[in-house]
Amino acid sequence: MTATIEKTAVTKRLHAIGAVREFGILIALALVVLAATIANPNFLFSADGWRDLLLTPAILVLVAIGQAIVIITRNVDLSVGSILGLSAYLTGRLFIDLQGIPIVAVFVIAVVFGGLLGLVNGALVAFAKVPAMVITLGTLYAYRGINVLWTGSDRINASDLPKDFLALGTGQILWIPILTIIAVVVLAVTGWIMKNTRGGREFYAIGSDPAAAELYGLRVTRRLLIAFATSGALAGLAGVLYAARYGTINSQAGSGWELDAVGAAVIGGVAITGGVGSVWGAAIGAWLLLTINRALPILGIPDFWQRAVVGVLIIGAIVLDRVLAVRQKRKLLEAREDDR
Amino acid sequence: MTATTTAAAAIARTYRDYDRPLWQRVLLTREMAIVALVLVVAVVAAATVRGFGQPITVTYLLLDVMPILLIALPMTLIMITGEIDLSVASIVGLSSVLTGVLTAGGLPFEVAAVVALVAGAVCGAINGFLVTVVGLPSLAVTIGTLALFRGLAVGLLGTTAITDFPEFWTSLAKARVGGSNVPVVLFVFLVLLAVFVVLLHFTPFGRGIYAIGLSKAAARFSGVHVERTKFVLFVLAGVISALAGIFYTLRFGSARGDNATGLELQVIAAVVLGGVSVFGGRGAIHGVIAGVLLIGVLSSALRLANVTSDVINIITGALLVLSVVTTSFLAWLRKRRRAPGGTPRVEASTAG
Repeated sequence: MTATIEKTAVTKRLHAIGAVREFGILIALALVVLAATIANPNFLFSADGWRDLLLTPAILVLVAIGQAIVIITRNVDLSVGSILGLSAYLTGRLFIDLQGIPIVAVFVIAVVFGGLLGLVNGALVAFAKVPAMVITLGTLYAYRGINVLWTGSDRINASDLPKDFLALGTGQILWIPILTIIAVVVLAVTGWIMKNTRGGREFYAIGSDPAAAELYGLRVTRRLLIAFATSGALAGLAGVLYAARYGTINSQAGSGWELDAVGAAVIGGVAITGGVGSVWGAAIGAWLLLTINRALPILGIPDFWQRAVVGVLIIGAIVLDRVLAVRQKRKLLEAREDDR
Repeated sequence: MTATTTAAAAIARTYRDYDRPLWQRVLLTREMAIVALVLVVAVVAAATVRGFGQPITVTYLLLDVMPILLIALPMTLIMITGEIDLSVASIVGLSSVLTGVLTAGGLPFEVAAVVALVAGAVCGAINGFLVTVVGLPSLAVTIGTLALFRGLAVGLLGTTAITDFPEFWTSLAKARVGGSNVPVVLFVFLVLLAVFVVLLHFTPFGRGIYAIGLSKAAARFSGVHVERTKFVLFVLAGVISALAGIFYTLRFGSARGDNATGLELQVIAAVVLGGVSVFGGRGAIHGVIAGVLLIGVLSSALRLANVTSDVINIITGALLVLSVVTTSFLAWLRKRRRAPGGTPRVEASTAG
């Protein structure tokens, strides 16, 4: 008797884990890493391989977290790549123009700067009641334009940046790159907020049904401002880390990242129609995207095909999502029939 | 915003529109404002920018915007149904590569081009299948196929380029009619334009497109084949993007995997600027053409005035934001005037 109860408890737990959307994508990531490691053990077991596995996705993870929050509110932020580029250049300029500026100050300035740019998006979307896609498509061009104007043909090189700052980009604490630690901390904090706080749940409420959220009395405007400002601030933070990691920054830093960020969120189970998904999923999606890029050459496929694989992945993820949603709906309907 | 509130707003707008005299209804539209803006910008540019007034400018301007002009036609229809296609530029790249690879492989260019067009149709059908049969959101689907089609293009050709094309076709892509400055390809565009205008504004199929954008459920009840219409539109977008890809290849005499990267955003910017709502149900072809030309004239004039392409980017972005913000600001003003003292109902915004 007790044995069967325990067994159902265990299987229930297993079912619960399997039903979590992020689980499937995590398995996919594990399979990619496993396949690449079998083909070439250095992929995981060399110092460089281990570091790259953790380090490369860290910056995109940050951008994808912000994107996920915005998409959960049933909006989209296409300007993140441009914000990243601008704040990366700002980082370089701060170090050049204000010799000896503390690194912490640079982080704060860039994050606030990114947050303000995000706030502009949010204000236009929330107050003018204009589709986010149009607004952020506009600011994608505008911010990038400002970036190119400001940068010109200038380029910031690693030699312009303080050694301590660059060490941050490649340094490790206990075999774990510092950038990865930053990304994981941000992920844990935002993940907790989205899951457990009232404000976090309101993002989901707004995304599920904006009209209902409004009628219910949720502060939709304020929530949208916060969502876009967060997305901008995280893109700003990603910009600083970009500067630390790569050392060279030109006017095109971060261009095209908007689609990678949206793609990462979509792969990670964040529904483009809002209200569904988690920042954890988006982060794993980002990780998978960039790990595939490194795994393909090792598996004997020229990395030219990377984008095609990514495309298949995105389509596969949303088809899977759809299948699960349909099945869930049918189950709920059956449950309702049974109750009668 | 739910479908019902969108539809209700649209119906309210329609009724309001018919309160006004005919000349107001025709001339005081968003589309006409953009048309007027193009004319003003063109005249000012011709008067102030040295070199812009020359007839040859028109040729280059038209050749430059031709891919955008072509793709904007099906994109307008897709966006009026409330969907979007982000994969168009990747189809341009893929058809360009296919044309190049097959020509280099010994096929006659004409056959290669036909194969590329068929491939475009297949790409569009994949989008259409995923959106209509599987029932997935088009924004997510076409972000996926954007990566997939571009990946196939880059994968097939790597970083090399194929530059050997028949002289006849490459010169035809740049040719002008007789001694005039009208590019020959303009006629291809005009034929397609006529087809799309008739399709959208003079057929039941076209009215169905608007109906779908206003309310999918209502359209279905009125007997519009919602799924079939959308599928056809995605296939059309695929074929025309492939056509644009072949033109692109010939114009620059080079088939590359990364041809026309980022073009999708330019097309969508132009379409939105031309007055098409990303929520669907609203927009017209003449506005879109004006939107494409506005961006084209501005960038051409500014480039001639030695302004860098980056300022042009800022202006494009600002124009886009301004044009939608002004529209919603005017709507807000009108609402306020209608209901003095009453606060207008707040609606949450949604992504396209």
